[in-house]
Amino acid sequence: MKFTWFNLMPWPYLPDDFRERYRSVWVDIPNRLYDPEKGHFLYHRYMDLLEYADAVGFDGIGVNEHHQNGYGLMPSPNLIAAGLARRTSRAAIAVIGNSLALYNPPIRVAEEFAMLDVLSGGRLLAGFPVGTSMDTNYCYGQIPALTRDKYAEAHDLVMRAWQSEEPFAFDGKYNQLRYVNLWPRPIQKPHPPVYIPGGGSIETWDFCLDHDYNYSYLSFTGYLRGKKLLDGYWERVAKRGKDESPYRAAFAQTICVAETDREAEELYAEHVSYFYNRCLHVYLGFADAPGYRTIKTIQANVLNALSAEFQNLFSTLTWKQLVDDGYIIAGSPQTVRQRMEEMIKGLRIGHVFGLFHIGNMPDWKARHSSKLFAEQVMPHLRDLWPEWRDDDRWWCKPLPYRARPEEGLAAARQDARKPQ
Amino acid sequence: MKTNTIETARGCRVRVFEAGRGAPLVFLHGAGGLLPDNPFLDRLAARYRVLAPELPGYGESSGEALLEDMLDFALHGWDVITALGLQRPHLVGHSMGGMIAAEMACLAPGSLDKLVLAAAAGLWIDEHPIPDLFAFLPFEYAQALFHDPAAGEALLTGGLDLRNPDALMEFYIAHTKRMGMASKILFPIPNRQLSKRLYRLTAPTLLLWGKSDRLVPPVYADRFKSLIPHAELQLIGEAGHMLPYEQPDAFVAAVTRFLG
Repeated sequence: MKFTWFNLMPWPYLPDDFRERYRSVWVDIPNRLYDPEKGHFLYHRYMDLLEYADAVGFDGIGVNEHHQNGYGLMPSPNLIAAGLARRTSRAAIAVIGNSLALYNPPIRVAEEFAMLDVLSGGRLLAGFPVGTSMDTNYCYGQIPALTRDKYAEAHDLVMRAWQSEEPFAFDGKYNQLRYVNLWPRPIQKPHPPVYIPGGGSIETWDFCLDHDYNYSYLSFTGYLRGKKLLDGYWERVAKRGKDESPYRAAFAQTICVAETDREAEELYAEHVSYFYNRCLHVYLGFADAPGYRTIKTIQANVLNALSAEFQNLFSTLTWKQLVDDGYIIAGSPQTVRQRMEEMIKGLRIGHVFGLFHIGNMPDWKARHSSKLFAEQVMPHLRDLWPEWRDDDRWWCKPLPYRARPEEGLAAARQDARKPQ
Repeated sequence: MKTNTIETARGCRVRVFEAGRGAPLVFLHGAGGLLPDNPFLDRLAARYRVLAPELPGYGESSGEALLEDMLDFALHGWDVITALGLQRPHLVGHSMGGMIAAEMACLAPGSLDKLVLAAAAGLWIDEHPIPDLFAFLPFEYAQALFHDPAAGEALLTGGLDLRNPDALMEFYIAHTKRMGMASKILFPIPNRQLSKRLYRLTAPTLLLWGKSDRLVPPVYADRFKSLIPHAELQLIGEAGHMLPYEQPDAFVAAVTRFLG
């Protein structure tokens, strides 16, 4: 099993009456609610937490891209990842990821990911989400009905750019480039492992299987509901005659560990409530632009986690319901271990993207939970897939000898010394 | 009205509503498509040969993937007219259909007789932003589209019982197909630089607007008028953006007077 510590980087200062006063946490949330001075300290706190996760032994540290919102403060996750590459040396850096259709030209993604891979010594996991409708259509103005076509073309361009050793011309519908010639190129060959985060579009399954990419299901309705979707994915895997390595799939899960079940509720309930009630308070008119989801997906009746039904439900959920219904995994190390095992086996996943910092949680609680998980949960879950122990197809392959920029400022500030 | 399905040279299959005899009049519908009842078309058919094609993605027309941008949409309009074997028809376009009709007329100014632009989309004025219909919740449409929203609501759904989950799903899918198609020329800002091309327009033109249009307010009629100096402008009272549906008599009278 591989465990990646994910930070959404929410804005933790949304007012108590946010739901009543504002229609959406995304797209048109007034940016006067963002205080850049507080933001300065917040970025560093959040980056410190990611570095802490590396220090306590998580396999990966993860960031992602969202725009114009109080849910996640990383319009450019690559900037955060670059900072992490300098101050960590071990964990994979999971950028899940860059929304390909939003970059003009998308060769920018190939370049920046190659930079990150080189900078980190080959530790990059490269995610290519289509992006939420809020981000892609309403914030970045992409035409909903053409978003997937543009994404597919951008994907082809990036993958070819990463693997080509000669300049080539690219004659696309959305991108025409006379000279594609990537400097730098990524360290990992033939390319960094690719993760495709899906919210439930069934076309994405075939796309992942066509290219042997990891399918990452990101949902906030928890693993019990996620099972229906991942069962569909594994059926598709079988039908396509692909091997059933659990590392083909990842799942994002909110996790809260404390000394006891009761302490978990006392410490974390208010922050989980903040997340579900304020960070997911998305205006329904922004949740799903017409044409963004395909008709096939709509007909498959895949649940939209931002539907009115779920948003109303979120506001009424008690801690007990959140835990019992599997929205979150919370409790003592023993409880969490048991629920995690149930989730991992039930969904057949080799990667967990764990959300440990939640809503407006103070740092110490995120550290407390993360440390307990790393020390008392993770070791027991490592070997749940013994028959796939050596399957590293979806993990990074760093250089064995790497620079150690994290080892201090002293070396960086030394005066010139002629090599002996 | 009778319907028949034609295939354009590009390969789109298009359902066309047709009735009446006389000079050919092609009606191009707006982003919401033709409604279940279109009484203004029946009345126009008393005097003209009315042809109302549905865009791919609307009703039973298909081939929407073949149309991606404004030029595709405008050429498709002419492809339909060619497939129908029409010579110099009148073009009457409503809302998004007005935008398409205007583009068609700019591409081939000599290939139409007269042009009617009713509450046409296609321009953008920073001081008067058009509401984002792609972010509307279902109940907001009638509010933005009609002078009398309560009466408009019934026109939009055509009496469909949306409490029935199957009916709701069917309506939702049809709506998604229509608006997904419309997004190709209207999203995120309904402006594909038509204003740069309107100088080419030579056909006699009538601009017809509802006085209470809250979606594309009458200030847009004035902007069209300034860009098409030979156009005639007529406002209709107690009508919103859906003026052909809300005031069919006044709409038909104005169109008939202008077309002759």
